[in-house]
Amino acid sequence: MAECGAGGGGSSGDSLDKSITLPPDEIFRNLENAKRFAIDIGGSLTKLAYYSTVQHKVAKVRSFDHSGKDAEQDHEPPYEISVQEEITARLHFVKFENTYIEACLDFIKDHLVNTETKVIQATGGGAYKFKDLIEEKLRLKVDKEDVMTCLIKGCNFVLKNIPHEAFMYQKDSDPEFRFQTNHPNIFPYLLVNIGSGVSIVKVETEDRFEWIGGSSIGGGTFWGLGALLTKTKKFDELLHLASKGQHANVDMLVQDIYGGAHQTLGLSGNLIASSFGKSATADKEFSKEDMAKSLLHMISNDIGQLACLYAKLHSLDRVYFGGFFIRGHPVTMRTITYSINFFSKGEVQALFLRHEGYLGAIGAFLKGAEQDNPNQYSWGENYAGSSGLMSASPELCPTQRARSGTFDLLEMDRLERPLVNLPLLLDPSSYVPDTVDLTDDARARKYWLTCFEEALDGVVKRAVASQPESTDAAERAEKFRQKYWSKLQTLRHQPFAYGTLTVRSLLDTREHCLNEFSFPDPYSKVKQKENGIALKYFQGVVRALDSLGWEERQLALVKGLLAGNVFDWGAKAVSDVLESDPQFGFEEAKRKLQERPWLVDSYNKWLQRLKGPPHKCALIFADNSGIDIILGVFPFVRELLFRGTEVILACNSGPALNDVTYSESLIVADRIAAMDPVVHSALQEERLLLVQTGSSSPCLDLSRLDQGLAVLARERGADLVVIEGMGRAVHTNYHAVLRCESLKLAVVKNAWLAERLGGRLFSVIFKYEVPAE
Amino acid sequence: MERHGRAAATSTSSTGEPAPGDSEGRRREPLRRRASSASAPAIGASADGVRRDRPSSYSGPASVSRQRVESLRKKRPLFPWFGLDIGGTLVKLVYFEPKDITAEEEEEEVESLKSIRKYLTSNVAYGSTGIRDVHLELKDLTLCGRKGNLHFIRFPTHDMPAFIQMGRDKNFSSLHTVFCATGGGAYKFEQDFLTIGDLQLCKLDELDCLIKGILYIDSVGFNGRSQCYYFENPADSEKCQKLPFDLKNPYPLLLVNIGSGVSILAVYSKDNYKRVTGTSLGGGTFFGLCCLLTGCTTFEEALEMASRGDSTKVDKLVRDIYGGDYERFGLPGWAVASSFGNMMSKEKREAVSKEDLARATLITITNNIGSIARMCALNENINQVVFVGNFLRINTIAMRLLAYALDYWSKGQLKALFSEHEHNNRKYALNNGASTYIKQTLLSFKNQTAHNTIILDNFKMPLSPPDRSFKIKVPFK
Repeated sequence: MAECGAGGGGSSGDSLDKSITLPPDEIFRNLENAKRFAIDIGGSLTKLAYYSTVQHKVAKVRSFDHSGKDAEQDHEPPYEISVQEEITARLHFVKFENTYIEACLDFIKDHLVNTETKVIQATGGGAYKFKDLIEEKLRLKVDKEDVMTCLIKGCNFVLKNIPHEAFMYQKDSDPEFRFQTNHPNIFPYLLVNIGSGVSIVKVETEDRFEWIGGSSIGGGTFWGLGALLTKTKKFDELLHLASKGQHANVDMLVQDIYGGAHQTLGLSGNLIASSFGKSATADKEFSKEDMAKSLLHMISNDIGQLACLYAKLHSLDRVYFGGFFIRGHPVTMRTITYSINFFSKGEVQALFLRHEGYLGAIGAFLKGAEQDNPNQYSWGENYAGSSGLMSASPELCPTQRARSGTFDLLEMDRLERPLVNLPLLLDPSSYVPDTVDLTDDARARKYWLTCFEEALDGVVKRAVASQPESTDAAERAEKFRQKYWSKLQTLRHQPFAYGTLTVRSLLDTREHCLNEFSFPDPYSKVKQKENGIALKYFQGVVRALDSLGWEERQLALVKGLLAGNVFDWGAKAVSDVLESDPQFGFEEAKRKLQERPWLVDSYNKWLQRLKGPPHKCALIFADNSGIDIILGVFPFVRELLFRGTEVILACNSGPALNDVTYSESLIVADRIAAMDPVVHSALQEERLLLVQTGSSSPCLDLSRLDQGLAVLARERGADLVVIEGMGRAVHTNYHAVLRCESLKLAVVKNAWLAERLGGRLFSVIFKYEVPAE
Repeated sequence: MERHGRAAATSTSSTGEPAPGDSEGRRREPLRRRASSASAPAIGASADGVRRDRPSSYSGPASVSRQRVESLRKKRPLFPWFGLDIGGTLVKLVYFEPKDITAEEEEEEVESLKSIRKYLTSNVAYGSTGIRDVHLELKDLTLCGRKGNLHFIRFPTHDMPAFIQMGRDKNFSSLHTVFCATGGGAYKFEQDFLTIGDLQLCKLDELDCLIKGILYIDSVGFNGRSQCYYFENPADSEKCQKLPFDLKNPYPLLLVNIGSGVSILAVYSKDNYKRVTGTSLGGGTFFGLCCLLTGCTTFEEALEMASRGDSTKVDKLVRDIYGGDYERFGLPGWAVASSFGNMMSKEKREAVSKEDLARATLITITNNIGSIARMCALNENINQVVFVGNFLRINTIAMRLLAYALDYWSKGQLKALFSEHEHNNRKYALNNGASTYIKQTLLSFKNQTAHNTIILDNFKMPLSPPDRSFKIKVPFK
């Protein structure tokens, strides 16, 4: 969507489209509880930000007050589940064309039930123009905020909180977007904002930034001069013209001056010697397209050159570009990138931002919300509630700029606790959680998208089944299906929509969509049942293990971990087995496992290590509920404790598939402690600690972990990290390099993936790594 | 022209005159092939950022002309004396017409030479596009011990094939002369000269010419005073004055050559310089955009319009957005926030004049050059910036603006210097290298004669139209 700069838009359209009917379910959601408004009004687009609280259904688990005997009863579940309402904070950002501003303000007025908010923070060139309208409609006092300050605050916020926010634009690759993993330290950087003019700002810390330069040759020059030269009035149309033109018809190139000799001289003949140089000589007409293209090159090159000069002077290599000249326009991203590469000889990176259009609104909002300390929290992009990159790009869907494309949304959930890097990562700045980049790998992308499409029916079915007492479950599940299906279709065509496409992002998107339609934990019942069954077997399994010799036991423990990992409702092959054979048990699972040597097999090295001194502290990331955690992980934990190793057991904060959650792990541990003195005393003495990861994903991003976990890992001097399961150890972290020993183990429960890795279904990954000296 | 260049080199040592560069350097230099030449590759060139030290050997292809040169310079230079600057837009031809031809010489003179002399001197127009600038003619000049008139002829570069054809028809090759040429076209048309006209071009490097020209002329002085000057109070029409600047410590120096495009050189000594960068937004852009926006046809016309326009109607200033200064960033209200920014609005597009547009174009290009030059100076840690090139010819608006912008944005740390020669230079519009080349040519002549002051005096000829720009409001005042 083209945001067309400050001041240029006519006011004639402002009263149009008053009658637009806004679907309240989709746009301006959760207005009832909205507070703290901010608005950024540009030349043609308005961005509105508000903070609201969202009531979520969450599945809570709670131990029965068991006085000892009900645990023995066969059909008694180990704990009870209750669905409760939980309130979480969410930031909403809506972007729409200025023509709708009045209709939107009316809509907000009508839906804003009860708010204590008195002020609206406003920024952008149009804030003055619409001040009276806003004050009249919303009865909020307009508080003008500085444009640049807002922009930079917004930029810091997205860079810190949204993974894959920044991307490079690569002209000839498919897709053209190359997303960057978030750097642990975002400062210092250069922000080049190309609005009607150009501002170049050096940002050193959260609160310190400096205007170091600028240029008057910017988007306004392209638009203004372009309008004069081509009689084309609209910015979008000018860009469109430019994309069709041949600048060499207007520009004087090196080869025009040197002839063929440029080659022997080592010059690139296509370089522009003089922009518009040919229009001074020949007495002829020039096409609009050619002039627009020449103008675009002239301006992009000039900005790129200045940006490089400033970057060099201040020794900065990361330059973020924003402003309406850039916003979502592949044409300008291409020319700016070219120019930066040319002038910096590759030393400076031209970076763009997925949510560039929202920076001002985010910043204005943050200014107004300072007392809520939004910067103290971590935030996460809600994939369900956010439109992707280029959702309304004129280039991609010229015919579809109707209603749906007119509104672009971004929603961010406030996470309960701040997320930080795992201190054990060797190099946080180069850590990439995901193993396969599906944006890059078209074959893998096709496979996984199809895989998720095919699994959708099953997920819908399970979601409905998880809420038998609900009357509208089927209806909500259907809405979920549609939402997720459409997300998958979007990703088929625009795999770059939400940053790098990965199996993790596909899984997370599904979780977000499920939550959106109040299916907080479709597997809660399954998990409850499986936990109950597994708990019954626990003592038997432990007894069997204890009867084995040391070396035999070590292998049995590892096999147990792996067999437990077979119970994974997230894997299609397994969920089919489990669905058709509910009695499928631990022993059968063991038999399914590949015989040694495994697909990846460093077990001997691990065994050798176990013969040495015990680890000080092991950090274990658990995977599934039921057999996995109870019969796989806990016996393994028990052995470590036995050796004198402390254990931090990390489970997800929120539900995802049948993964064990932190609150379930507490109950499970409690129940096991009641049966097992080793676990009991370890819990008592805090040699076994249960923590939450801060995540609700079936995968694991070690750069976004609960701060408490990170602190504990550091305090306890964790020297072994165990990552278990396909989602955490194969789809993610397979290549993660840690500063301490690590064990990554998983059963490959997907035939396609197994084949890709060179194995069969149920192949075993046992990857024990010791850091280099 | 070639011959004079050679002759100059040898005579330097014999007369003991101060010469720009040692004789070795001078002799080689015109024959060297250059990886990057100043005139054209404005937005970048392969040799960027690498200090260029003098190469110490000839490159192969030039050796033919070298031999010819070597043999020629033993004798007295033969006529005709030509110099060519083949730019992207215009070809500039300098022709020395000897007026002291003895009867004996006349006798010896081959027919083809006679016909050339006659053709060139008896016409003021050649074909439909060639023009001899009669008013620029330098009469009774003493060069290489010969007295004569120096003629300046120009024609569009696209007529170059016709020119070469004429050379063939008039049998130039029989004259055993070497054509000295510079500009990008010296490369572009080299082969055509050879195959069609049987003429060997001797290519002079523009950067070398440029730097030597600047440094040398400054060392000689301009009529007894400094060649360089600067503007005091450039923004104030009343108080603005041009003051000589003594470039006694010329190094390091940032040389900004504004022709069709712009080349920026960092000069550390006469033999050590590098091309820092360039931009394609130069004189050609100003003129080209003016042609498109105003329908003007000459550079002079464009400048003249610009001198009468008001760019603030076209540009969006900081105060147009913020109502005054933007204090958060220390931006003054008069600064241009967006060049042509007002032209986004239909009403404002309809309200501007061609003169306003020309002015805005001039301001835009000039400010941008100033901005890039300033950044280069900072990055290279150089605090004197010399602006040269045809864009600045008769272009006081641009010079004052550059002077002001550099001073303002650098908080007085940088000084913009200009060369007397640009200011008074010939009517050979637009292509950089033209003035430089003429200058170089004349310098070559100068070495041949003891009367160097005479030649330099001739630069003083009031060739520019009356300068009106001082009376005109500059945008920031």
